[in-house]
Amino acid sequence: MALWVTFWGTRGSIPVSLDCASVRDKLASAIVSAAGKGLDTQEKARAWVDTELDFSVSHTFGGNSACVQLDAGDGEYVLCDLGSGVRAFGNHVFSRDGPSKKNTFHIFQSHVHWDHIMGFPFFGPAYVPGNKIRIYGCHTNIEEALRRQQDPPSFPVPFDSLSASIEFVTLQPGRSYDIAGWSVTARRQNHSGDSYGYRFVRDGRVIVYSTDSEHRLDIPDEVEGAATFFADADLVIFDAMYSLAEAVSVKEDWGHSSNVVAVELCQLANAKHLVLFHHEPANNDERITEIWRETLRYEEISRIGPPLRVSAAYDGMEIEL
Amino acid sequence: MQVSEVRYGDSLVLTPVGRIDNSTNDGLKAALDSHVANCRRGGDRLVLDFSRVDYISSVGLRVLMLAAKKVREQDGTIVVAALQPVVREIFEISRFNLVFQCFATVREALGKVSAVALAAYDSAGGA
Repeated sequence: MALWVTFWGTRGSIPVSLDCASVRDKLASAIVSAAGKGLDTQEKARAWVDTELDFSVSHTFGGNSACVQLDAGDGEYVLCDLGSGVRAFGNHVFSRDGPSKKNTFHIFQSHVHWDHIMGFPFFGPAYVPGNKIRIYGCHTNIEEALRRQQDPPSFPVPFDSLSASIEFVTLQPGRSYDIAGWSVTARRQNHSGDSYGYRFVRDGRVIVYSTDSEHRLDIPDEVEGAATFFADADLVIFDAMYSLAEAVSVKEDWGHSSNVVAVELCQLANAKHLVLFHHEPANNDERITEIWRETLRYEEISRIGPPLRVSAAYDGMEIEL
Repeated sequence: MQVSEVRYGDSLVLTPVGRIDNSTNDGLKAALDSHVANCRRGGDRLVLDFSRVDYISSVGLRVLMLAAKKVREQDGTIVVAALQPVVREIFEISRFNLVFQCFATVREALGKVSAVALAAYDSAGGA
């Protein structure tokens, strides 16, 4: 059975969007690149855009904050985090299922910093009677955080007005749970107020969601713990917000990691596919593409076993396992 | 990890050899620790000769960062020289090229940090 991972929000800290100047620059670059290509139909132009044009010009990594869907094709909706990307996910559910189908949503919270909860007031299915929403996490204040962001004067619709049945389930890190067909284990991570990574296992395949974590490879116990948590993962979704130089200097203790540490940890853990996630909001598409290319090169340089596949997450990206 | 030391006037050239990773970074740290205290305004300048380093991991780079922080607090000078192409790439990927002044050769680095050191280096035959 195929497993799918869909990225509805991939940006760190705060949502961002393309501005006018960026769109203009992309168009100008595309027009120059297309010169002499004979792209006189939509079909030819789309095919050329998809295959020839650099991703940083033809697309955007997007700007929604963290929200990732795990899909085993069994009708269960499983999500990681309620960043602004969950709004688009909710719209997708309405489009796919129609307004009357009742669903259960299983949502795993890494933590309750604002960028990871801000989408919930705009999550359409939360307003539909009959829907069930189960929110899992190791923090005991998740309900408080979600209620508070809908309290006056921050939001006009109070949490108690949400018509779906909403339940909060506290998990213990290090313990394995069977939830919605997945075996799920949480691990505490180094982040202000703590965050938790999740290791999802199903049908012999492993997906690790590890965002908002400052991984310290100079601390042996931390290395061993993280490598065990990531061990043999088919997919690792990893907070690579900063450069290594930033992460160990001016932004030390800010609770985020780098692409370099991501590669080293995945290689140590024998993971198969690394997805760079929680992109720095200051980075534009060109910069994220550059970081992705540099990460590919660092993977080659530091490789100690089989090749590690490296991707940079973008809003709307789907990965089949 | 083997780290050789050569003094040229008021500057020390430290030359680590091999890979700098989880298993070897302690050697680099020990070598740096023993000299960082005296790398201050009016004290020794440190030049890290990376001509014999073929790889440096994040842990090794962290050791460099800690040394650089300490040196800067003391208003001292620490620079890097003679990066091999692959290690230069690692510096660029990790943005450590923005943290350290990197010079093509040890001679060029010494010339930047101290005229006295450069004269000593040249009088020693550049070795």
